[in-house]
Formats: sequence, C-alpha cells, structure tokens
Amino acid sequence: MRYLHRGLWFLASLALLVGLIWVWQLLADARILPRAFFPGPDRTWRALSRGFASGTLVADTLTTLRRLALGWALASLLGVGLGALVGTSKWAQAWIAPIFEVLRPLPASAIAPVLLLFLGLTDSMILTLIAFGALWPMLLTTVHGFSNIHPRRKEVARSLGMGRGAFIAKIALPGALPDIMGGLRLGLTVALILVVVGEMITVQGGLGARILLAARAFNAAEIFAGVALLGVIGLVTNALLGLVETRALRWQRR
Amino acid sequence: MTALKGLALPAALLLAWQLAVMLTGLQSDTIAAPDAIFAALGRGLTEPAFWADTGDTLAAGGMGLALGFVLGTMSGVLFGLIPPVGRVMRVTVELLRPLPAIAILPIALLIFGFGYRLEVAIVAFGTCFPVLVLTEAAVRQIEPRLSEVARALALSPGARVRKIVLPAVLPRLFVALRLAAGIGLIIAITVEIAANPIGLGARLMQASNSLRPADMYATLFWIGAIGWALNWGMLRLQLWLFPATKGAAQ
Repeated sequence: MRYLHRGLWFLASLALLVGLIWVWQLLADARILPRAFFPGPDRTWRALSRGFASGTLVADTLTTLRRLALGWALASLLGVGLGALVGTSKWAQAWIAPIFEVLRPLPASAIAPVLLLFLGLTDSMILTLIAFGALWPMLLTTVHGFSNIHPRRKEVARSLGMGRGAFIAKIALPGALPDIMGGLRLGLTVALILVVVGEMITVQGGLGARILLAARAFNAAEIFAGVALLGVIGLVTNALLGLVETRALRWQRR
Repeated sequence: MTALKGLALPAALLLAWQLAVMLTGLQSDTIAAPDAIFAALGRGLTEPAFWADTGDTLAAGGMGLALGFVLGTMSGVLFGLIPPVGRVMRVTVELLRPLPAIAILPIALLIFGFGYRLEVAIVAFGTCFPVLVLTEAAVRQIEPRLSEVARALALSPGARVRKIVLPAVLPRLFVALRLAAGIGLIIAITVEIAANPIGLGARLMQASNSLRPADMYATLFWIGAIGWALNWGMLRLQLWLFPATKGAAQ
C-alpha cells in the first residue's frame, strides 16, 4: 500500500514535470519567451540530437566525464589517504589539522588563477583544479570520522598488538566509512562544479567550454543542450554514488 | 595553546619560503616571496579600487543570497506545510538540484550580459535549493502539538505561518542561511573568475593574466580571509542568537 502510494505520487510528480516542459513549449511557440534566450524544448532537443549525430557532443561529454572521473579519483585517494594519516596521529591533529579549518572556507575556484600561472591552459590544470578542490571535503570528513572512533576500539587494537596500518585497515576505515562516503559525495558535487569552471577558463574542449562558446555565438539551443547534459551527469553520478553508499554501509543497519 | 600550535607550522613554512627566496635571489612570474605578498596586500588595503572590488563581490553575492534565501524559504515552507505540493514538485526539484550553479552561467550571460545581475541570478539559483531542502525538512519536523494549537485557535494560514511555523523553524533557518552564505560567496567568486569582469575574482584573474604573482597571492589571501571571517561571524551569531543549536553548529 505504501509503495503504491509512493509510486502514484512519483507519477504525479513526473506528470507535473512533463506539464511544465509542455507549458515551456507553448510559451516558446507563442513567442512570449524571448527566442534568443529560451529556445523551447523542441529546439533544445534538436540541438541535442544534432550534436549526438555529428559526434561532437559525445566527444565533449566524454572529455568532461573523463576529467571528472580522474580528478575525483585523484582527490579521493589523496583526501582519504591524508585524512587517514592525520586522523591517526595525535601530533598531526594538534599541529596540522588547524590549518585545514582555516583553509576550508576558501572557495576552491579561487585557486584556478594560481594554477593557470603554473600549468597554463592545459588539461592538467583542469585535473589539478578538480583534485585540489574536491580534496578538502574528503580530507575533513575522513579526519572527523577517524577522530570519532570509540576509545575502546583503540584499546582492542592495542591489546591485539595491531600496527598502525592494520588499525587503519581493520578498524578505523570501516568505522569512519559513513563519514568518508559523505565526503566523497560532497567532493563529487565540488568536482562537477570545478570541471565546468576549469573548462570555461581554459577552453580545452568539454561541455563547460562548449556552453561558454555557444553563449559567445548567441546559440541558446546549444547552451540548453549542454546544460541539460550536465544536469544528467550530476543526477546520474550522484545516484550511482548513492547506490554504492547503501551497499557499502549495508552492514551498519543490522 | 591549540591556536598557537596551529599557527606554528604555517609560520615556519612562510619563514622557510622567505629565506629560500632571499638566498636564491629568485625572480619569478609564478611565485612571490611572502614579504612581497604582504606588501602587495598592504598597498591594496589603502587603495579605493581594492575596496570597490571587495564591495562588488560582497554586494552581488549578498543580493543573490537574499534572493535565493527568500525564494528557498518560501517554497520550503510551502512544500513542508502542504505535503502534496512538496511531493508533486519532487521530480522537478531533484532534477534541478544536482545541476552545478555555474552551468547556468552561459544562459544568464545571454539574458543579463556582464555585471551585477548576472552574478545575482546565479548566486540566487545556487543558494535557493539547499535552503529549500533544509527549510522543508525543518517545517516537517515541527512538533505536531503546535499544529494542533494552531487548529484549536482557528488561526488563519497567514497567522499560522507567522505565529507558529516561522518561530519554530527559526534556528534551523539561520543554520540554512549560514550554509547558504558560504555557498553564495563561493559561487560569486567562481562567476567572477569564469566570466564576470567585476569583483575580487576578476581582480585575481587579472593579476594572474598580467603575471603579477604578488598581487594574485595577496588577493587570494584576502578572499580566504573574507571567507573565514564570514564563516566565523555567522557561526558566532548563530550560537549567540540560538544557543540551542550548539550541537548542530558544524
């Protein structure tokens, strides 16, 4: 009964979305919305299918996805790794962790001009930007998860004669996993923003460059097509990570 | 003591950096010595243009935040009070929410051109959804007995929102405002770096493009200081206004 209830509401909600898109189409057809800015769903769809048919849109999407995946993976490795080191060391907690708190509110994109000086308008600049920006949420949540481990578990590890590596692998990482998963998710949101920003600045292909160039050419349909794809990327990657999260944390709910 | 320990390492790094630059006599387009950066920051702080840039960023970000916060709160209260509205909007909101705010920059650029309105629109778009989600959750969790009181007193919908709902969710609304302020500053700076030629972000980009590393690092430091001060100030204000939110402060 509850599933049926939920399913019906989902359908109603989907119907509303379709209705909104239909209203958008009507407004665009009636020329109430300025055509230069709001091209209407039909022209957006045509730009999408044209782009897919010619292959350029696929290439740009794949470029963006590759950068997103590489940058995010790099940030995850560095963030969780450094977080584990800082989280298990009393010394690092006292001397290094305060710097993180000060750096946290710094907008990650503000580092882009600095990277531009070092790396120029290159692919590696975009990757470094993503990795550096997305690293912080992961690092902070990992440190947080590690420092919240129950003292009794630490005693267990000590009485079993575990080394630091074994303690991290067998006790600390599984215990901190809920926090780390939250950090990975936050990092993905940041990474998606930064891949778009990086591509807009460097104009080295990808969806971010594509929509900015479309804006310079006053091609609104092309922009909407690119933005729609970015929305889909955000939605799908978030959903995938959500699935991984529920699977990885399944043992917790028992 | 903990603050002192936190300062020790950055201070040592700065000192080592300064010594290294002085010993090697480094001339560079990418790196600047700490003393040059602090000199640039000092020069900037006496310059009206520097403060004008700071004001531009804060004004555009602040207006965008105000707009996004009002929109987010209003729809959040509506969605929370009348659950069918919230449920029927679910798919639309969930589709728009994961879209990075910066992605709508080209659309906003076509509509508004460069300037304040471009930035205000994007900041409003980016801050509205987190506020909406937090407000809706806060309204849903209002003590049911309060709604019964409202019904027993036969309050009108307007009076119910003003006298029961808003006071009950006020602390969590402020938490949402604090988080949204951080997001707003990030989006404002990002928009300025990516396209908009006003504010601190544009200043940063200019310093980078014209190979003035000292100015660039000084501006970066200043942006970090503003972000830190904003976060610190809002957190203090929250704990002072709503001491009960202490546990959920972070």
